[in-house]
Amino acid sequence: MTDTQIPARIELVTKPRRSDQFFRFVVTTGGMSSLIILGLIFAFLAYRGLGVLRVEGFGFLTNSDWSVVEDENSNIVSQDYGLAAMLVGTILSATIAVLVGVPIAVLSALFLEFYAGRKIRNILIGLIDLMAAFPSILFGLWGFMVLMPSAEYWAKLLNKYFGWIPVFDVPVPFFTRSPFIAGLVLAIMIIPICTSISREVFSQTPLDRIQAAYALGATRFSMIRAVVLPFGRGGIVGGAMLGLGRAMGETVAVYTVLNVVYQVNWQVLFGAGGNIATLIILKFGEADREEINALMAAGLVLFLLTLVVNGVANILVSRLGKVGR
Amino acid sequence: MSTTTIKPGRPWEPTAKERSQKGLNLLIAVALSLVLLFVTGLNGKLGWVAAFFFSYVSVSFIAEYRRAGKPAAQDSLLTSISRFAIFLAIIPIVSILATVISKGWRGLHWGLFTQDMSEATVNSPIQEGGMLAAIVGTLIMVGLALLFTLPIAILTALYLTEIKGKFARPIRFLVQAMSGVPSIVAGLFILSSIVYPVTGERSGLMGALALSILMIPTVARTAEEVLLLIPNDLREAGLALGATQWRTVAMVVVPAVKSGLVTAIILGIARVIGETAPILLVSGGGDATNFNPVSGPMGSIPFYVWNAFLLGGSEESTQRTWAGLLVLLLWVLILFTIARYISSRSQKR
Repeated sequence: MTDTQIPARIELVTKPRRSDQFFRFVVTTGGMSSLIILGLIFAFLAYRGLGVLRVEGFGFLTNSDWSVVEDENSNIVSQDYGLAAMLVGTILSATIAVLVGVPIAVLSALFLEFYAGRKIRNILIGLIDLMAAFPSILFGLWGFMVLMPSAEYWAKLLNKYFGWIPVFDVPVPFFTRSPFIAGLVLAIMIIPICTSISREVFSQTPLDRIQAAYALGATRFSMIRAVVLPFGRGGIVGGAMLGLGRAMGETVAVYTVLNVVYQVNWQVLFGAGGNIATLIILKFGEADREEINALMAAGLVLFLLTLVVNGVANILVSRLGKVGR
Repeated sequence: MSTTTIKPGRPWEPTAKERSQKGLNLLIAVALSLVLLFVTGLNGKLGWVAAFFFSYVSVSFIAEYRRAGKPAAQDSLLTSISRFAIFLAIIPIVSILATVISKGWRGLHWGLFTQDMSEATVNSPIQEGGMLAAIVGTLIMVGLALLFTLPIAILTALYLTEIKGKFARPIRFLVQAMSGVPSIVAGLFILSSIVYPVTGERSGLMGALALSILMIPTVARTAEEVLLLIPNDLREAGLALGATQWRTVAMVVVPAVKSGLVTAIILGIARVIGETAPILLVSGGGDATNFNPVSGPMGSIPFYVWNAFLLGGSEESTQRTWAGLLVLLLWVLILFTIARYISSRSQKR
């Protein structure tokens, strides 16, 4: 009988190797970069804009006067910075874009998901994805040269029949380069992204529910109303808000089709308006140090605005997976 | 005994009667739209499209209502409206492609790729000057932006899929939020953080930095998506062979998603190649060809288009604008086609 030797106990080590520790450290640091970059953007814009924000206070958002008065030796006599007019313009044109673009996008998504045949569907999806990759300057110049004449025609028509509604009234018959046209261009720009998000949401609708609806004798319309839309509601709203965020931050496309004038203009068909981004481009060239700081503060407002809108949108879209079932 | 052969039928397909009914609806709708055009003040092609839409929707609604009642009518309403919606969504893209190609090709000539605008203005004859400065500038800036973006974006994607630390959810959220940062804000950020306090001069490098802020989220999200598609078995197999996590990622996971990463890069390039606003703010935008990214203003294709559009007003400048847009569009089309090709090929495998 040989006595078996029991081997000495080996300590099981769960401590990762040094190379792994290093790897995890590098990747984690890299992973934090988005946090760092967003933080830096906030910090630097706030740092530059703080002086102006402190002088203007809350009036920076509510005051609608942006002026620098100089005497003959080009010394600054007085300066006044208020963002209200551009804030109104930003919200106005983005709202028009969402009101026009989102219904078209959602209905297109319904068509692609539930009506189109396979071949047509693939071609159309390819085209819409391609449109999402178009640079904004393309939309802007196309909007200026091609869309504007026809959009003007529609604007006149709207004014003729709905002029009694204050929003569609104009003080002077000047329809070129109005917030309405800018809103249309922005609507066209957000259609691809809204369509693809809605489509993605619709395609996640549980198949058994769709088939259950059909088995109960539903038409396509009643199936969509009873199953698809309730399921995808959050996604649709989220997609719309994502589009809103895009539309708010757009610069070049708005600049080309909008007559950028510094005044509060609620009348969407009248050719005057602007948004924060176009203000920055417009004033940047001739601005002195102080005005540039004011522009930085304006950029900060825009940054925070889009961040909030995007954040809410992303929460709505990503929460979708959990509702239902 | 005779055998009866049953011919296979296709009851779901529309019968001849239904088809003729549909054709009739269409004809009535066309007629009605022409009447509408005549009665109301609408005119032009667009007016006709609107009139046709209303008449088609109402005609098919009434026809379906008479045929099968309210549910069928509602169904046909949604069908025709959604068809019209996709039509509206597709018109702009077709119009954009057609306009840019038809107006742009006349401005194309070889000098476009061999000359720059240093000795020509936007209003000089189209044969003088070209886009060399713009193309060189775009290549340098996008290339540098890619260089900055790639490590950060891929590390972010790896953090989200491989490490899955406790910050994975907030980081994913922040990356998505970052993709919504307006391009002009990216320009302002570089301006306030580097150009004013440090260099004091606008240059191509600054442009590249601004572009990479816009590029990071696109590349990171696409890379994350392709990394998520890798089956976990592959990772486990690597670890089971005794590899460390670092080796598994470097030798198994990343090689497996190579083509996906290429797609991510291409989509990132397509995202920033047409960016105009940050270029206007931070790169200066010169007319002369400049190979040095750290000093001197640098042009780009969108800047060339922008200049020709804003400073011009003559026949030549318009031609320049469209030619520039056509070149830009071709870049986007090529990048998009390559990305599509790669992703469709990897799906087949």
